[in-house]
Amino acid sequence: MVEIRWHSRAGQGAVTGAKGLGDVVSTTGKQVQAFALYGSAKRGAAMRAYNRIDDEPIINHEKFMRPDYVLVIDPALAYTDNITENDKESTKYIITTHLSKDELIAGIPELQDKKDRVFVVDAIQISLDTIGRSIPNTPILGAFVKVSGMFELDYFLNAMQRVLSKFPQKIIDANMEAIKRAYNEVK
Amino acid sequence: MAEKFQLNEVEVWDGNYAASQALRQAQVDVVAAYPITPSTPIVENYGSYVADGYVDGEFVMAESEHGAMSACVGAAAAGGRVATATSSQGFALMVEVLYQASGMRLPIILTVVNRALAAPLNVRGDHSDMYLGRDSGWIQLDAFNAQEAYDLTLCAFKIGEDMRVRLPVMVHQDGFLTSHTAQNVYPLDDDTAYKFVGKYQPYEEMLDFSKPVTYGAQTEEDWHFEHKAKQHKALVDSRAVIDEVFEEFKKLTGREYNRVEKYLMDDAEVAIVALGTTVETSIVAAKKLREEGIKAGVVAPRCFRPFPFDDIRDALENTKAVAVLDRSAPMGAMGALFNEVSAALYTTPNRPLVTNYIYGLGGRDFAVNDAINIFKEAKANADAGYITTPIQQFSGVRGPKLGFFETKRGK
Repeated sequence: MVEIRWHSRAGQGAVTGAKGLGDVVSTTGKQVQAFALYGSAKRGAAMRAYNRIDDEPIINHEKFMRPDYVLVIDPALAYTDNITENDKESTKYIITTHLSKDELIAGIPELQDKKDRVFVVDAIQISLDTIGRSIPNTPILGAFVKVSGMFELDYFLNAMQRVLSKFPQKIIDANMEAIKRAYNEVK
Repeated sequence: MAEKFQLNEVEVWDGNYAASQALRQAQVDVVAAYPITPSTPIVENYGSYVADGYVDGEFVMAESEHGAMSACVGAAAAGGRVATATSSQGFALMVEVLYQASGMRLPIILTVVNRALAAPLNVRGDHSDMYLGRDSGWIQLDAFNAQEAYDLTLCAFKIGEDMRVRLPVMVHQDGFLTSHTAQNVYPLDDDTAYKFVGKYQPYEEMLDFSKPVTYGAQTEEDWHFEHKAKQHKALVDSRAVIDEVFEEFKKLTGREYNRVEKYLMDDAEVAIVALGTTVETSIVAAKKLREEGIKAGVVAPRCFRPFPFDDIRDALENTKAVAVLDRSAPMGAMGALFNEVSAALYTTPNRPLVTNYIYGLGGRDFAVNDAINIFKEAKANADAGYITTPIQQFSGVRGPKLGFFETKRGK
């Protein structure tokens, strides 16, 4: 079982990202779960989304999770949300930021001893450059593909094209570019 | 003729989307709705299917849930296949009309996404609304995940519309935990699904002007009792039809449903009885405990109404201790599921030790560890031979430990 926790603000696309990842995973024959926790959330409120991925049907419906991956798609939440909550000694962090890894970790004491498990990518800037809006969910998936090694990049891009097929070609192309850039730029 | 919808062999759907696809594939004639969280997407999606030509049906926006169910009653009496969705406060507002629908023997399908009842206001899931419907004369089926929400919605039409039944059916799923959780779902293609559900057969429909009929006539003490007795008998007798439909569904899909579901029960010494997603989370706990040598199992009423008194008894009579979990505030009594399971077990020679846990109100998380703790308390009861804790406890609530009533048996 691989478990993923997304830290996001309502409106940044964590739910769509978690479901999109789920769609891609299902094409590999694996089982997936995607859900989110938000109250009567307003746009901009901190929220969390979750994925579980396994070879067997997933029957665990608890909200409690000890994540293998933590994806932070809003730069400020790395500081204000408890991103290391219930983590493991192997939990990997993928955080969107314009800072270098050292600069980021310097400001977050909880990450000091986890340096080799922290990865940074500027998903916000990438989405602004490619999609033209601050929608960091698809670029963070590109970074996740690189860090997790769960998929070959080409396989993931193909599957994501199908997931996004209801959108105009221009938007699909922009998302593909965003995924590729994040894949190559994550450090 | 409605357009066909292209579906993949495996889709990643949440429970709401799954239920709405089942409504579309059943080609429901009329959906009258007043949307409410968390069931909104069911009727919202159905509205899109109508607008996009995927259903030859009609979507009626009502002024309230009372109005929505009233429009459903009218459309069903007129002779159409009818469905809607609701939750929580909307369900509460429908209650008066729920009794009308079942009393008039109209096979309406209501997909209920379970949510807590205010006050305090809460959009999250518990089973307060499901329990509110339990004397309303509807058949109540309970789905534990998105796949089941899809499957059981298809089955519901076939059960309720059967000429031996002609009763309305609710299909329940847990708010958010199922309704907003996307998982792998294996849908049927449109033709196969519609063929399984079958063409709607009207019965004494009001639009048949050659044979005028009255629905909901005034009876007073002359005939009311006979009507209600007949209705109760129809519910109890629907068990055989439910079994038939589940059998036919299994032949079609390989997916098996029973009025009482049993997991790891062959040699189980302790069991949890629960509804909704909790059933599956408890199975995860039971598997872990079996690695430690505790023979744990899970029993779940798939069919909450008609209550499977006999099958529950058969499933549990050889256990030593049973923990019954109620996800609804019992308000001055023992939990409803506890009462019904206890009554069934009281008529067995073995009479296992039965305890009651109130949990998960307003969407409070029910984690695998919570189920493990409950199993362990049941195991302690089984080993001691009597109930070592208060009979009713609260699991997962903050503040001082709450427990009520002590056993008088075997201490």
